[in-house]
Amino acid sequence: MDGHRFEFYDTGLPGVDLSELQGRLIVIEGPDGVGRSTQIALLKPWLEANGHAVLDTGMTRSALAGKGIKQAKAGITLGPVSLTLFYATDFADRLENQMIPALRAGFIVLTDRYIYSLIARGIVRGLDPTWIKSFYGLALKPDSVFYLRASVPDLIPRVLGSPTGFDYWESGMDMHFGRDLFDSFVAYQTRMLGVFDSLAEEYKFEVIDATQRPEIIYRLLQRRIGQLLRRVEDRSSES
Amino acid sequence: MEPAMVMHGEQTFPGKLFIVEGIDGSGKSTQLSLLQQWLRREGYVVFFSEWNSSPLVRETTRRGKKKQMLTPTTFSLIHATDLADRIERHIIPPLKAGAIVLADRYIFTAFARDTARGVDAAWVRELYKFAVEPTLAFYFRVPLEVSLKRILGARAGLKYYEAGMDLGLSDDIEESFRIFQGMIRDRYEQMVPEFGLTVIDATRPIEEQQNEVRSIVERQLVGVPRHPVPEFEFFA
Repeated sequence: MDGHRFEFYDTGLPGVDLSELQGRLIVIEGPDGVGRSTQIALLKPWLEANGHAVLDTGMTRSALAGKGIKQAKAGITLGPVSLTLFYATDFADRLENQMIPALRAGFIVLTDRYIYSLIARGIVRGLDPTWIKSFYGLALKPDSVFYLRASVPDLIPRVLGSPTGFDYWESGMDMHFGRDLFDSFVAYQTRMLGVFDSLAEEYKFEVIDATQRPEIIYRLLQRRIGQLLRRVEDRSSES
Repeated sequence: MEPAMVMHGEQTFPGKLFIVEGIDGSGKSTQLSLLQQWLRREGYVVFFSEWNSSPLVRETTRRGKKKQMLTPTTFSLIHATDLADRIERHIIPPLKAGAIVLADRYIFTAFARDTARGVDAAWVRELYKFAVEPTLAFYFRVPLEVSLKRILGARAGLKYYEAGMDLGLSDDIEESFRIFQGMIRDRYEQMVPEFGLTVIDATRPIEEQQNEVRSIVERQLVGVPRHPVPEFEFFA
């Protein structure tokens, strides 16, 4: 026992005994193209080499709803409320069936985005922030949230350089923010950044300047995660 | 920051939304179908929406049920997603156009089932804030034994979630169904005063219930546009 206690944001999940959860929950947040998956791909083998078991997870990777969301998005037919709730279903399934069992077994859960991206997408689509936050009261409070922050002009070349280019949904085209993908991407991501900046304050994100070179960001994350885990190890060796 | 959207629940529309609720075997679907026939004949434009019927979400729900991978929370969220899709796609547009929308089961089904599964009552009520407030919500009240006789006599096989098998109430599916239906009925009874549900005594003859439903609905139809059906259709 290391005295670590997880908490839910609010109502939480029925039937989960928080005292059983042993691992750590680490979130990497940030916009499309900012380099989240690059960092996770570096961090996972590093943590494993240091003897930690790691679960990595991310949006729409649930066994339950992942496929359904992708199909629905491919048909471009989801309204904002339905989209928000479909994502919440995907999130809850991963929380209950992936993250919580992994934490119970003492894993480090490294998640590519968490509830914050989902809250932001809903808010930018005009939904009531209080409403969205209320049902995400089921979520666990992470040990750390690292927010890779970049401005819209910084993001554009990265997205253009990716194999898929501007994505319909990541450009907010469903909300008709602009007349083409580029205009819409700029308008949508500008709003997303604004919402994220306010969420960063509310949920105490650790903000990392994502315009730095990837290896610098990696070293920074290693240091911060190392501190987080050392605190764990110190406590467990004391007891 | 963007101005917060007015949730559908706080909007009003020119159309009317009538919904029916009740435990399995209460006869609510029969009554709704009879109401629909009558409204059509009276020349109203009527849209019908069934619980758990969004084509977009259906496959996910089916997968979850078939593989028994739903928890109380994901069961709740996937049904909320289903209703949200139907509301955004099939319920709000006709209501805006001044039509009548009929729904077989609505948010009260979710409140009853989800809380019976252990989901927090306040959480699920907040979750469904997106739902349009119905013009009238009928609750078909029936004693448990009456409904069980109707259902268990007529049906070949109960399904896992339908019988509440995920709650671990009993290893016997029929016994589990009985207990689960009882829990749901208790919750409906609590919601009658909470939400002002219109109670119909569902032990009475079908015709009597239907007359009562029609007369209650009729009072809500003042000013709703009618498009009389061409006469030949009456004799078709």
